[in-house]
Amino acid sequence: MAKQISVFLENKAGRLSSVTRVLGEAGINIRALSIADTSDFGILRIIVNDPERAYKILKEAGFTVSETEVIAVKVSDSPGGLAAVLEQMSDQNLNIEYLYAFLGTSGDDALVIFKVEDIEHARKAFTAKGIPFLEENQLYRL
Amino acid sequence: MSYWDKEKECMSRSDLGILQLRRLKETVFRLYAFVPAYQQKMDEAGIKPDGIRTLDDLEKLPFTTKNDLRDNYPFGLFALPMSEVVRIHSSSGTTGKPTVVGYSKKDIDIWAELMARALTSAGASRLSVIQNSYGYGLFTGGLGVHYGAEKLGASVIPTSGGNTKRQIMLMQDFGTTVLTCTPSYALLMHEVMQEMGVSPLDLKLEAGIFGAEPWSENMRREIENKLEINAFDIYGLSEIIGPGVAIECYCKKGLHIAEDHFIAEIIDPDTGEVLPEGAFGELVITTITKEALPIIRYRTRDLTTLNKSVCECGRTHVRMEKVLGRSDDMVIIRGVNVFPSMVEHVLLNIPGVEPYYLLVVDRKGNLDQLEVQVEVSESIFSDEIRKLEELGATITKELESALGVSVKVRLVEPKSIERSEGKAKRVIDRRNI
Ligand SMILES: [Zn+2]
Repeated sequence: MAKQISVFLENKAGRLSSVTRVLGEAGINIRALSIADTSDFGILRIIVNDPERAYKILKEAGFTVSETEVIAVKVSDSPGGLAAVLEQMSDQNLNIEYLYAFLGTSGDDALVIFKVEDIEHARKAFTAKGIPFLEENQLYRL
Repeated sequence: MSYWDKEKECMSRSDLGILQLRRLKETVFRLYAFVPAYQQKMDEAGIKPDGIRTLDDLEKLPFTTKNDLRDNYPFGLFALPMSEVVRIHSSSGTTGKPTVVGYSKKDIDIWAELMARALTSAGASRLSVIQNSYGYGLFTGGLGVHYGAEKLGASVIPTSGGNTKRQIMLMQDFGTTVLTCTPSYALLMHEVMQEMGVSPLDLKLEAGIFGAEPWSENMRREIENKLEINAFDIYGLSEIIGPGVAIECYCKKGLHIAEDHFIAEIIDPDTGEVLPEGAFGELVITTITKEALPIIRYRTRDLTTLNKSVCECGRTHVRMEKVLGRSDDMVIIRGVNVFPSMVEHVLLNIPGVEPYYLLVVDRKGNLDQLEVQVEVSESIFSDEIRKLEELGATITKELESALGVSVKVRLVEPKSIERSEGKAKRVIDRRNI
């Protein structure tokens, strides 16, 4: 389980860099990042080492920000690793809203961030199926 | 329910008619005698002062437009020598020459009376602390409200517009009970209060008297909820006298026009024909007590309706419906008239949408395009593209069904739409650039 920070951005030059600058100046590290966009706007999704402070700082800087619960799953860093996890999730009827890869790794495994419809259900299913995922404090310390 | 001048505000409509006719005759006589431009216009229209025998004869008189004021720049329409003129105000002439208006000592007194009436109608009294955040200077808003508030005997804080943080500090420290400014500025004040960590509950603010730009009923609800006050609409224009021409009472079912000083008509803006009571059209006002600059049948370009039935508040003066828009602010998109206040009304019906918006009109090829920019606040933001797209689609659908024209909704970042300390800029029209 982890807190993801989401930021609304207009598709204009310099908007992304201004978010990263605000966070950088506050000494906050971005550990994972994805951008979903349309022709007019985008949503920046980030995992940082201190989500509460990042939320506060971005809000003060005038951005529209939200916090979302996501789950960071360990995926074997080998061919078919992600497919195996996705198959298991599909068997468990876990609806995935979106996913993206973590920048670093956890030992030999890759990390993938999932936003699912029902996070409690996902947590139980992963535990039952032995799919490893990271707890919040483990993730931020990576 | 209290009145400033009950005898005048609640006088019977037949007595009011007699008073209006007498004053109208005097006004027309003086204009014909002392203002050559009016004499010429009346001669061209084939009407002499003694042709005005009943109030219905008013429609025989020619209209006055903003262009008449510009053509006679600066003092050509004054009916008094400059030695009798004690004040001059002027509009910012964004296009061409500004319009200039003058006041005699008596005009200033009447204006203050009208404003005292308006303030009383909104619940203000000698005990009120009135923070006047309309701009002071050439604009009539600041000084107009100021003189009325002093006449009322309230304590006036003449903050003028701007320096919003200090405005809020003074509001707290001086215990402001009534705020007067544009509705846009009231919203900006609320936004700055939030940034400063000031809650409306920390303030003694009870009422706001907002005008100088059209604002929708939903905007009223928004301001009332955000600032926890009672918000009243005030109407006026400098060519007539300034703020105080009309004011809402507690019933908020239209603005009472001070009919002992003005005569209101509604006309078809295209043909100039006078329309029956209740019809929607352009408001035309004749001043009947002004000395320095009497104006006959001024085309306000404001669109509204009139209602002469006696109000629940006891006032008999005709009520004009809250102005939906000035024809100056209207944009015509592929033949359809669109007012910014219509867009505002629709947006504020959608939960979570903030009252900041901008209409951008452009022409692609031969086709007019209307883009409506809406700020994405935290309450409507989602981390999922699909949900934001659905929101955009909902806003588009609501706007299109209300306006009858296709709209492109653009979601923009918070505070990217310019905030205003005075009249908000709602439209950017790129077709003429
Ligand atoms: Zn009333």
